[in-house]
Amino acid sequence: MRKVAVLGAGHTKFMFDSPKTEIEMLAEASMDAIQESNLKSKDIQAIFCGNVLGDFSEGQGMVQSYLADDIGCFNVPASKFEGACASATMAIRDAFMWVASGFYDIVLAGGTEKATAMGTSLATRTFAMFGDSRYEYPAGFTFPGVFGMLAHLYSDQYKVPLKKLKEQMALVSVQSHYYGKDNPNAQFRKEITVEQVLKGFMVTSPLQLLDCCPFSDGAAAIVIASEDIAKKLVSKPVYIAGVGQASAGKISSQYKYLPRIRSREISVKQAYDMAGLGPKDIDVCELHDCFSIASIIAAEGLGFAELGKGGELWEKGETKIGGKIPINISGGLKSKGHPIGATGASQVYEIAHQLRGELKDQGRQVEGAKVGLVDTLGGDGTIINLILKVD
Amino acid sequence: MEYTLDFKTYNDALKKNKLLGLKCNSCQKYTCPPKMTCQECADKNLDIVEMSGKGEIRTFTQTFVAPQGRECEAPYTIVLVELEEGPWIAGNLIDIDPGKVNMDLIGKKVKLGHKVFPGDQYSAGAAARPLFSFLSEGVK
Repeated sequence: MRKVAVLGAGHTKFMFDSPKTEIEMLAEASMDAIQESNLKSKDIQAIFCGNVLGDFSEGQGMVQSYLADDIGCFNVPASKFEGACASATMAIRDAFMWVASGFYDIVLAGGTEKATAMGTSLATRTFAMFGDSRYEYPAGFTFPGVFGMLAHLYSDQYKVPLKKLKEQMALVSVQSHYYGKDNPNAQFRKEITVEQVLKGFMVTSPLQLLDCCPFSDGAAAIVIASEDIAKKLVSKPVYIAGVGQASAGKISSQYKYLPRIRSREISVKQAYDMAGLGPKDIDVCELHDCFSIASIIAAEGLGFAELGKGGELWEKGETKIGGKIPINISGGLKSKGHPIGATGASQVYEIAHQLRGELKDQGRQVEGAKVGLVDTLGGDGTIINLILKVD
Repeated sequence: MEYTLDFKTYNDALKKNKLLGLKCNSCQKYTCPPKMTCQECADKNLDIVEMSGKGEIRTFTQTFVAPQGRECEAPYTIVLVELEEGPWIAGNLIDIDPGKVNMDLIGKKVKLGHKVFPGDQYSAGAAARPLFSFLSEGVK
């Protein structure tokens, strides 16, 4: 396998009710990524695209093909990856493998989503399609519902009183907004308080409004190329040092491990082993905080805290810049937004900027960061992890 | 290769308050709801068994924001129940004051009934789900 690098990256603003179509958003992010890579559309050999609910939100399927044509990558093979909220990370991992294998030299990977066009009611219905439709949806499962159950289970299993856990969860959301306010691409650019989180209306117990990420519109894209090409084109290639992916069944069938997500432990081990690194080597992490409790569970699964102790990372400020493991300095899904087909590419965009040291102006730079970890969750337990590194 | 226990057979039985599962002849463990292979060891040598339908609540959530078409059901309580035979299964909990849905539910013994979700335009028809109630009277 060859060494593979991320070159340019593009990112639209994440927002409610974007005036642009999914294809337009992804085309804008893609052209920015191609331009920043000092390339032209004709140099792209293949496209790997995440998109989940384009059919429900815009009546548009097969966005990848229309994207290729729109940006002048005429007739290149363009494939769509659907792994619910992890779709773009899945696309990027595959793009990485095709370049690493030598089959392609330069590819585009990214994702797009326009979830707010559905409205909350239909979006809640369609997001529930990534749970088990026959055995679990009939009971009224929603995505927040799954994480509400995990929160109660977590409290019971690790003997963290629910009141204390709720305060830790609130701190996760508060920190996300603290950094998101300085991210020009973020959907919510305002600080919130623990008190506000704990006063929000109940979505599904124990998750209140501000424990939950929003529905969002947006796109992000990156160019991936072999090391030799990357070195010729950009001054600071960001290498993909390790990748991992694992699947899981419906939530009830994961009972032996819950509230741990076993697939995350398998996926991140693949990535750590491939990179020859461990949790202590990670300088900055973007993890899948679809709900506040999800961040705490993810931080433990990725090896940053012992089981039942993840919330203490936020309590002690260890997840801030200057802490042991800065997490979601982009604002995370909570504040930056979560256009599900784009989220993984957005996480890679953020880590690439951190590793290139380009976030000083925004006041969000993790000084000297050399190794970053991306963690994305789709549905009940599809996990993709990527480790990015600069020399 | 055919399923030993497919969704239709499972669902038809659940509509009669019978919870069917699979017992593995290789590892002796149970899979419920059913799958093509054993949940524990991936063997295909499975027998259909009737589960007791009794178990213990392991976790729950009370949902206030329902998906499209199900708004009138809210608030409702979803539970994950550990069945006596080992597997966990998802269902709803009835027979409880919505104001009393709290952490005290965890560990409570429940028994199975069912309720049919009539389906919507995306669900390819109706589907029953377990509807749990407290095993002993007076625990409300």
